[in-house]
Amino acid sequence: MTLIDLLEEKQLKKDIDTFKVGDTVNVHVIIREGDKERVQIFRGDVIAKRGSGLGATFTVRKVTFGVGVERIFPLHSKMIKKIEVVRHGKTRRAKLYYLRKLKGKAARLKEQK
Amino acid sequence: MVEGLIGKKIGMTQSFDEGGNASPVTIIKAGPCTVIQKKINEKDGYTVLQLGFIEEKGLRKPSKPLVGHYVKSGIPPVKILREFQFAINEEVKEGDQFFVDIFQAGDKVHVVGMSKGKGFAGVIKRWGFHGGKATHGSMFHRRPGSVGASAYPSRVVKGKKLPGHMGNERVTIKNLTVVQADKENNLLVVKGAVPGANGGYLLIKKANFSPESYKSEKPKPEEVKPEKPKTGEKPEQPKPEEKAKKPGAEAKPDKPKSEVEPEKPKTEEAKPEESKPEDVKPEEIKAEPSKSEKLKPEESKPEKDKAEQSKPVKSGPEPSESESSKEEKKE
Repeated sequence: MTLIDLLEEKQLKKDIDTFKVGDTVNVHVIIREGDKERVQIFRGDVIAKRGSGLGATFTVRKVTFGVGVERIFPLHSKMIKKIEVVRHGKTRRAKLYYLRKLKGKAARLKEQK
Repeated sequence: MVEGLIGKKIGMTQSFDEGGNASPVTIIKAGPCTVIQKKINEKDGYTVLQLGFIEEKGLRKPSKPLVGHYVKSGIPPVKILREFQFAINEEVKEGDQFFVDIFQAGDKVHVVGMSKGKGFAGVIKRWGFHGGKATHGSMFHRRPGSVGASAYPSRVVKGKKLPGHMGNERVTIKNLTVVQADKENNLLVVKGAVPGANGGYLLIKKANFSPESYKSEKPKPEEVKPEKPKTGEKPEQPKPEEKAKKPGAEAKPDKPKSEVEPEKPKTEEAKPEESKPEDVKPEEIKAEPSKSEKLKPEESKPEKDKAEQSKPVKSGPEPSESESSKEEKKE
């Protein structure tokens, strides 16, 4: 174990549910407004996962009112309370950037059973 | 307390703070450092500590004179020796070790290292020139352009930015914030980047460190002078006495009477000063730190820090001692 791993290990989350690219997830994001804390749910498809260790991130894409919205979350961020898998999608590639060009019915992912 | 430590760059990663924000951090293996030699003003012309960076591997084939240099500190020769300033009022001797716990999270530090060598670099890389167009018939791509006028001055002005060797020089990055100091693993985590490649040696110094600031002599003269005339007045007397009790109680909690004991030698020292007119203060100032030095080893470390920070409190005992000594004389 390198010295970097030694320090990173303290901040790594160990209770993350496994999810894959193509899955539909509910990301429970902690939002701070002054002293108050509340949880907002961001629901969308995971279109990319990258990095390892503390620097790992994942990208969630959703379409609201016809506008595509993508958020990149640090996997081990304290501001993410929970990642909930709603649906397993079937994909043949690791990065689903092609979804950005597709609309409506074409932008659906087949469910993996 | 020493100004800083020698360290080794381990690498970079990121860290989440309390607010959940990720920030880039550099991990440095800092210390432990042993005092190899203490240089004294009278002997060496300046006051400084020579620290050696303790690593798993020392020098492979040290020469005999070099081995002799390390005898006092009691460790085998090390690869890296550097000089650091230290708080002059503290007693430090050869063989003492300093650890990463001299830094605390939130401190500001300066980090010195050798930057990565870039070789012979052009003006775009070395000085940030913009260069010319790449296409559209341009024949001027990355060249420096005109370097001066013609007949006058008939030469290139000194200091003109031109291509040349870049990097592999001593670079200081100032005011980096300490994120974490892990004494167990001798690791220091600093926010931001530091010069050089991974595995390179670094000097980590406290920002705004001066040996004087930790020396109890310096700030005192300013505080003592205004207080002195006041001590003659009655309303001012109780305050310094209260303050005087605090350091005494810290030093020897078991014996409340001990306050009287350290004062007795003081009276001897104080006598010549008080017999003279009060303008002769420097002598008194010298005499008092000796007491503070005596007290320090008895106090535990955190108390030490407190004592250093709270200088005004320390200055309290001075007038009270002189007063109490006066009272003793009267009695």
